[in-house]
Amino acid sequence: MTCHVPGVLKIVLQRLALGLVTLFVVSIVIFVAVNALPGDFAQVILGQGATPEAVAAIRRDLALDEPLVTRYVGWLGAILTGDLGTSFAQLNFQSSLGGGEMKTVASQIAPRFANTIFLAGVTAAIAVPVAVALGVLAALYRGSVFDRFTNIFTLSSVSSPEFFLAYMLILFLAVLNPMLPSLSNIYDGMAFSERLRATMLPALTLTLIVLAQMMRMTRAAIINLLASPYIEMARLKGISPMRVIVRHALPNALAPIINVIALNLAYLITGVVVVEVVFVYPGIGQLFVDAVKIRDIPVVQACCLIFAAAYILLNLTADILSILSNPRLRHPK
Amino acid sequence: MTALLYVSGALLACLALGWLGRRIAQTTTGNAPRYRDMPLAVAFGYAFSALLLGLGVWFYFQPTATEAGIPRASVMFFRWAVQGFVIFALAAFVFRLAGRHVGPAGSRKMFRNMPLTAAFGILMILIYAVVAIFAGQIAPHGQAEVFNAVNVLPGGNPATGGNPEFPLGTDQIGRDLLSRLIYGAQNTVGIAFITTLLAFFIGGSLGFLAATLQGWLDQLLSRGVDVLMAIPSLIFALLLMTIASAWAGSEKWLLTVYMVIIIAVIDSTRVFRLARAVGLNIVVMDYIEAAKLRGEGLRYLIFDEILPNALAPLLAEFGLRFCFVFLTIASLSFLGVGIQPPLADWGTMVRDLAQFINFAAFSPLTATLPLLAAGAIALLTVAVNFVVDWMLHKSSGLKE
Amino acid sequence: MSRLLTINDLVLEGRSDESWSRIVNGVSLTLDKGEVLGLIGESGAGKSTVGLAAMGFTRDGVRIAGGSVEFDGIDLVNASANTKRNLLGKRIAYVAQSAAASFNPAHRLIDQHTEGPVVHGVMGRGESAEDGIELYRRLRLPNPEEIGFRYPHQVSGGQLQRAMTAMAMSCRPDLIIFDEPTTALDVTTQIEVLAAIRKIVEDFDTAAIYITHDLAVVAQMADRIKVLLKGDEVEEATTREMLDHPQEDYTKSLWAVREFQHAEKPLAPKGAVPVISVRNVTAGYGKIDVLQDVSFDIHEARTVAVVGESGSGKSTTARCITGLLPPRQGQILLDGEALPPDYRKRSKMQLRQVQMIYQMADTALNPRKTIAQIIGRPVQFYLGLRGKEKRRRVNELLEHIELDPAQFAGRLPGELSGGQKQRVGIARALAAEPKFIICDEVTSALDQLVAEGILRLLARLQDELQLSYMFITHDLATVRSIADEVVVMKDGVVVEQGPKTEMFTPPHHAYTDLLLSSVPEMDPDWLDKLLAERGVDNIGDAAVDKM
Repeated sequence: MTCHVPGVLKIVLQRLALGLVTLFVVSIVIFVAVNALPGDFAQVILGQGATPEAVAAIRRDLALDEPLVTRYVGWLGAILTGDLGTSFAQLNFQSSLGGGEMKTVASQIAPRFANTIFLAGVTAAIAVPVAVALGVLAALYRGSVFDRFTNIFTLSSVSSPEFFLAYMLILFLAVLNPMLPSLSNIYDGMAFSERLRATMLPALTLTLIVLAQMMRMTRAAIINLLASPYIEMARLKGISPMRVIVRHALPNALAPIINVIALNLAYLITGVVVVEVVFVYPGIGQLFVDAVKIRDIPVVQACCLIFAAAYILLNLTADILSILSNPRLRHPK
Repeated sequence: MTALLYVSGALLACLALGWLGRRIAQTTTGNAPRYRDMPLAVAFGYAFSALLLGLGVWFYFQPTATEAGIPRASVMFFRWAVQGFVIFALAAFVFRLAGRHVGPAGSRKMFRNMPLTAAFGILMILIYAVVAIFAGQIAPHGQAEVFNAVNVLPGGNPATGGNPEFPLGTDQIGRDLLSRLIYGAQNTVGIAFITTLLAFFIGGSLGFLAATLQGWLDQLLSRGVDVLMAIPSLIFALLLMTIASAWAGSEKWLLTVYMVIIIAVIDSTRVFRLARAVGLNIVVMDYIEAAKLRGEGLRYLIFDEILPNALAPLLAEFGLRFCFVFLTIASLSFLGVGIQPPLADWGTMVRDLAQFINFAAFSPLTATLPLLAAGAIALLTVAVNFVVDWMLHKSSGLKE
Repeated sequence: MSRLLTINDLVLEGRSDESWSRIVNGVSLTLDKGEVLGLIGESGAGKSTVGLAAMGFTRDGVRIAGGSVEFDGIDLVNASANTKRNLLGKRIAYVAQSAAASFNPAHRLIDQHTEGPVVHGVMGRGESAEDGIELYRRLRLPNPEEIGFRYPHQVSGGQLQRAMTAMAMSCRPDLIIFDEPTTALDVTTQIEVLAAIRKIVEDFDTAAIYITHDLAVVAQMADRIKVLLKGDEVEEATTREMLDHPQEDYTKSLWAVREFQHAEKPLAPKGAVPVISVRNVTAGYGKIDVLQDVSFDIHEARTVAVVGESGSGKSTTARCITGLLPPRQGQILLDGEALPPDYRKRSKMQLRQVQMIYQMADTALNPRKTIAQIIGRPVQFYLGLRGKEKRRRVNELLEHIELDPAQFAGRLPGELSGGQKQRVGIARALAAEPKFIICDEVTSALDQLVAEGILRLLARLQDELQLSYMFITHDLATVRSIADEVVVMKDGVVVEQGPKTEMFTPPHHAYTDLLLSSVPEMDPDWLDKLLAERGVDNIGDAAVDKM
């Protein structure tokens, strides 16, 4: 075996470092963007009716009198220790009523983050196998009626807005045939089957969205592969179609398919926002939209960073996995 | 559980039917190669589609109401869907037929090899364009006009709570929904179009500049774009809209302008990538080297040598980008931070009308309202995608 | 001898858009056991398609529309998929043009070698692997015991091509189809692959169809030759007869190409200032020096051919002269005056004097501009002509390159044939009214007849306009026909240079000798003579490595 691990390891480490640097720069972008708010930051955030105490609390909380760089370093340091700050909504609420326990952003986000991961997990569990299977089938029978039909169907599904698909599913699976709940009521201590049922409609919506894209990309990757001279060579060696696929196509298809899956899971991140709002699903996407509407900056910042981190991580995974599955890189000259 | 049994039973029956059908075909045709070499999976596929088709036909001819007089909404929706599909397909067919015989030779030739989906796409884009441009003339009422008739139901039949003056009914504050739907075309499509143009102007010019000059400018722009693209676009848009809403204050129209700029900038990163990649592919061509060695300047290189060759991929990308921008704007509006009232737009309409979907069981027509607005969005993006898909297929086919 | 393969009136159709059009119109051929048939023709002659059809195989978008293919009594056109699968690989094998693309990158060579025998039940894995090593040894691959354990990307092109021949031989087939197996290789590498292929085909008495566009190659390999032109049969005869007495005009014209010879010119007078002078140029990319201390002169109205194999630095030299790659050391002189190293620093007048014609006419002409625009631009740019005068000059140039202005001025490059495009490239260079033109492999992408037309045109223009050429090429036939002087390069160094007549008569430098002798000649005995002269160990890479 001539597997030269160090060469590959070096490339993988390089990519990891690049991912970290990107995340770091992204955090700067988010921080700077938020600090571009006009005029008196605290006043603007809280609106004209804010109590002076609330304004003072925010000034204190954000250390608004210090220079930008100091504030950024402080913010980043706090994030690294898991402190995402305090929600403005909480601050305002507390200062106007006085007393009461304060919830940190971290404690607000944590359970919702878990919910979103659950939703994404269910979606991936349905979408990935179906998409890959359908994509391979469409590639094998390309040009057939089946291929044309799935092409039209997936193209339509890719280009429809999330909420259109969501309401279609609600119409057919919740209103006309009451099989699933149209609102996702998720609470602590729920049984797994209950939870799965409540998550089903949003998960199906997301599935429809990513499935189509994933299937099209899988199909394209496989067709591209089947056109390679070495596949023709294998067929000219008199090898059965099944063996051509399993032994000659699949090992080379792995990299592109893994890439497709990771890229589409990254795409889920955007889709999750709208879908969670439609189904009132208590995930991080809905929290984010609510925070945007009331301009709750610490929450917006934190959510944004989490979304970006997940996105970068998935893209990085795609990158690394396709490096690992490339024989040219695994067995250097 | 029983449902699962039925489904697996049906699948097994299909398999048996497929095998039997293939066998019969083999014997009757004297083992013709077409049937001899047919895999069982394909035979199964034929049997399965025959079953689905049969079920569809059966369902289509179910009565639309139970004997007790309660409407069967599922059947009605299914019929509408099938009728809609047939009407669209027919319209596309007639349109393509017309295109083959009318107009200049170039367009006639183009229509000859066009798939039906692309013809449908072009027809739809034309219809949307006409509606968007002449919204003021087509719509029966103004988009912000408030009437003294609130929550009129659609259908125009007074017996069922409708009003012939408002065929699609009115909303909670008494605005005509049909007019708002038509104005929505102007606002949503128009704003998306302007945004895409802006994104192309920014991303395209920077992309070509980076590809032609290369060196540090290219590095700087590319790394910047990498960072911006590391934030999912909808998330980034929402973040910036938060800040923009603070800047805009109570000036709602200003927020719409900010939205256009924000989305254009975010989207220009994608355009930059493509323009740069396309540009780089062209820059390595020998005719560019020949022009450089002739001593040509940057302006000539970009506008006379590179741009004419980049138009085809850029046009396809324009279609895709437009869809993306259009969907982002619709999503933002749906979430309540996009196009601001009193402008009518489809995303906001979907959100406002969403609750009617729960009336589907007893008033199917009312339930279509939110779907109509959402469908208007979907139809256009699907149409554009069909056309782009055809263009890409055509350009890739030429290479073979 | 018994009949192995009979193809009768084979018609093949290809799909373009939604309709089918003919690509092969009724080709018939027969092949006996142990016989080698050469199938030759220019690109688009349909020779590869016929070769694949002989295996009962068609690519996507191609179909057999008529005729029959019978292999050892089995009707391959109507055979079931199963029947064909049992033949392919086992009794009929295939060797593709690009071995690098035709080996699966994910598996080791030996695993791909044993797959056929195992699947067809000819041999077990272990036995087949041992047999593979034996075949590698016979094909003179280095380290036959170990090379099979490498992945395709770890092995060089010439070696891969031999490994693929070994793979084709793994089931001891009755027939092998060789589809341009040496086209992508350098001449010195080509020769050892040719020797290996011929040896193994003789050793196992295998019948073969050898597809190529190169007459000299096919003359070494085939017992009989069949000539195809645009999907039609032209003629068929035994190799010697075909070489000595071609019957059809087309075949004769193919042979005639090799006879073009540009009249020899007197040497430049002593002390004359060369048009272009390359002085001690060292250049490279990054840290690596691609060129080392390269010097040569090009005089007025003379042609200098720069020859060498891929990677020898010929094109890099051209880039130094044009100023695209400023040299690290040394100078380029134009009429005795030093040119600024970077083209951006050169004056319009200096840029005008050095023009270039490219190998790929497809990428050298902007596909969105008409021929008149392409040729008109330098006319306007350098000479400042506009409107009517510009049009008149463009028409004049088009007439110069033997294209009818009325017909071609308004066309786009896509509407022209390869040779016509190359002519437009020449006209564009001429439009600047230069003294010196670099011709970078200008004929290597063209079919032989067309290439000859281009060479004749360039020679005529030189005589009329007193142009100097630098001819970059790897093809020695081209050098023989047009060059006045030759510069031989290897690994970035000038190995030998001098007047053509001197260079082509011994004694040469060892590398020049190797290069010259490796070019196949139109003599069926050439390869045998060469092998007898040098010995099997002294050809190809082995010989290069010894130097």
